[in-house]
Amino acid sequence: MLDLSRKFDVLVIGGGNAALCAAISAKRLGADVLVLEGAPKFYRGGNTRHTRNMRCAHDAATEILTGPYTEDEFFEDLLRVTEGNTDQELARLMIRESKDILTWIVEQGVRWQPSLGGTLSLGRTNSFFLGGGRAMLNALYRTAEALGVEILYDAEVVDLDIKDGMFLSATFKQDHGRASAKAATLVAAAGGFEANIEWLKESWGEAADNFLIRGTPYNRGSVLKMLLGKGVQEIGDPTQCHAVAIDARAPKFDGGIITRHDSVVFGIVVNKNAERFYDEGEDIWPKRYAIWGRLVAAQPGQIAYIIFDASVRNSFMPTLFPPIEGGTIGELAPKLELDPAALEKTIASFNAAVRPGTFDHTILDDCRTEGLTPPKSHWARKIETPPFLAYPVRPGITFTYLGTRVNKQARLLMTDGRPSVNMFAAGEIMAGNVLGKGYAAGMGMTIGSVFGRIAGREAARHATS
Amino acid sequence: MPRAKILAEADRLMTVCNSCRYCEGLCAVFPAMEMRRAFSDGDLNYLANLCHACGACYADCQFSPPHEFNVNVPRTLAIARNNSWRAYAWPQAFAGLFARNGVAISIIAALSVAIFIFGFAALTDHEVLVGVHTGPGAFYALMPHNAMAALFGAAFLYAILACVMGMRAFWRDIGAPAGMTTDTASLWQAAKDACTLRYLDGGGVGCFNEDDQPTDRRRIDHHFTFYGFLLCFAATSVATLYHYLLAREAPYPWWDLPVVLGTLGGIALVIGPIGLLLAKSQRDPVLVDSARSGMDVAFILMLLLTSVTGLALLLLRDTAVMGPLLALHLGVVFALFITLPYGKFVHGLYRFVALVRYALERRAMAPGAATE
Repeated sequence: MLDLSRKFDVLVIGGGNAALCAAISAKRLGADVLVLEGAPKFYRGGNTRHTRNMRCAHDAATEILTGPYTEDEFFEDLLRVTEGNTDQELARLMIRESKDILTWIVEQGVRWQPSLGGTLSLGRTNSFFLGGGRAMLNALYRTAEALGVEILYDAEVVDLDIKDGMFLSATFKQDHGRASAKAATLVAAAGGFEANIEWLKESWGEAADNFLIRGTPYNRGSVLKMLLGKGVQEIGDPTQCHAVAIDARAPKFDGGIITRHDSVVFGIVVNKNAERFYDEGEDIWPKRYAIWGRLVAAQPGQIAYIIFDASVRNSFMPTLFPPIEGGTIGELAPKLELDPAALEKTIASFNAAVRPGTFDHTILDDCRTEGLTPPKSHWARKIETPPFLAYPVRPGITFTYLGTRVNKQARLLMTDGRPSVNMFAAGEIMAGNVLGKGYAAGMGMTIGSVFGRIAGREAARHATS
Repeated sequence: MPRAKILAEADRLMTVCNSCRYCEGLCAVFPAMEMRRAFSDGDLNYLANLCHACGACYADCQFSPPHEFNVNVPRTLAIARNNSWRAYAWPQAFAGLFARNGVAISIIAALSVAIFIFGFAALTDHEVLVGVHTGPGAFYALMPHNAMAALFGAAFLYAILACVMGMRAFWRDIGAPAGMTTDTASLWQAAKDACTLRYLDGGGVGCFNEDDQPTDRRRIDHHFTFYGFLLCFAATSVATLYHYLLAREAPYPWWDLPVVLGTLGGIALVIGPIGLLLAKSQRDPVLVDSARSGMDVAFILMLLLTSVTGLALLLLRDTAVMGPLLALHLGVVFALFITLPYGKFVHGLYRFVALVRYALERRAMAPGAATE
């Protein structure tokens, strides 16, 4: 039985990539570390369970990366996807540190592999975890345990004792009662609030009821809320998040990667009025993948339908849920609860607007529509080969960006602008510092590993000095 | 014919896995799966036999139980694999042996030992059975060499025939192209993959056994077992050549090739099976086809009995227990031979065939092949 009367050097709240990197980095500097994971053991690690890669800068190709990805290129990508909504100093720091993470994380037991089948476009920039995110997480837990990090599961933190920006202790659920842990420093790495529908409703309204949550139901943001309530500075827009279009038939929580759809560029997307609402061929798919969650969230009923035909049904990754089929558009529409006449009209006008071109989904090709609003700028081909197929999609929320403000030491900043004496944060709980909006694949894990490692190091230094 | 329940489940899982693909670096099963978008029964039997049951994909899966997607690839494929062996068994009348295998092996072993002992007693006098025999030809005081060779040769040939018929059925079931089995590059690749147990390493960390700490113990114990078995087989082969080509009769001195090979093989065949039996008893039941673990145990046990009786015979061959020990050893070996096509032994054959198929597919998909 763990002795909770002693005072730990570092208390880490959370159990994902950021939390474990913090715990390991602190432990390696000689700190006495306790990790409180709110989820049961199987669901440990929050969204890390569902990840598959990390975006790290590197100056040369490696065994698993096909070419260099410089700090500058990474920075430009970040500026582009966030439209400048980033703390440039922290972003630069993160990108610089990400280079070293490529080898540091391997020293913690994580193994890389070349990009997975169907993800060739990420082969140069993103390093994939052998066996996926849960394998990565398992490796970090094995390393942490071997080093002697204390870990408690089902240990949801319900209160934080913070005085004048100084952390004193945390109260958490244990068995059927409550317990308290004292520590010289705190690393908050407990994720965002995406699974807290009530909180989402505060800024999204009733629409949030129709959101599906891609990760576990344990990412409720309670630690974030406590910190913000005790004088920690807030950063980010509460409506900003990583959200993709996922199958409407997916479970409410934890459907993970397999409910996503990659087929948008191969067809058209209509809302419940059977009307198109956005250019499906705007840009190369991986770059635009993460805008469709928000787009669908803005549609009536938060539902949309990807419509395509038999000629492209094998052009993208196989899906968990099979497409809904109809021999004619008129036969397909009622299965989607769409007005057949409206859908026929939308598809007829789309087909009429398609210009001839040479289809190539790997480049911005010349297959486009003319005189159509909104246009389909690339990969536009007529939808005319039966059977006609459809996937219903809803917004799938991966993680929220609203978070706690930190400085370059991953130290929390208080509302008066001063850094906290002994509180640090890493991972999605502070992602908003770097990600004001938008997303580029693998960045969540970069934020987690880089700031986790920094937070653990700084916390250990503070606690043991 | 309605699809077997377990194949329907395997189909469901492969659909889940094919939309995820996180495990593609762990072994051959997932890359083979990615070459398909739909899965026939033959495809699933192929994947089931390609699976080395390392358990890594279960430990790494974010959708394994208690998740509602309930993804348990190792156990599902283990059950499908065992079913498939039953379907391939030749002749089909003996297929039932798969289901009741543990018991069947014991009965057959016991019967054959008894037949040997009674056979000797009937053919020779009592003195021969319990007497002390030494020097060249001593073993054949109990049973003439030619009788022994004929009996075991026949049992062995039968085992080969039945195994080949099973492999043929498997090759057909998985829809492999006819005549391509002579592709030497694929055969060589499969041989390397099989001999190193390339896919029994959880993608590099080792097998998952009793908990979430991977180890390489199972692979090492399997190596002891497999190479021990090969050494023993080599010992017997060399001895047979000695007998017929050099007219040198067993028993041989301890330093002679058949004894050296047999002793080393015998020791390995004690260490390996004990390790495998231990691993089996400790293995997390969620990963295996518990209903049929008796089949595995019976085969490993027979290998262990073969080595133990063989080593005992070597140590005690100059004493009066040589007769009964020889009878026992021969009985065990005979039983092992004739049950080979109906027990766990076939896993190696079908897995090798699956690896050949996989190597062929990889070569077909290699540079220039269309990608999605």
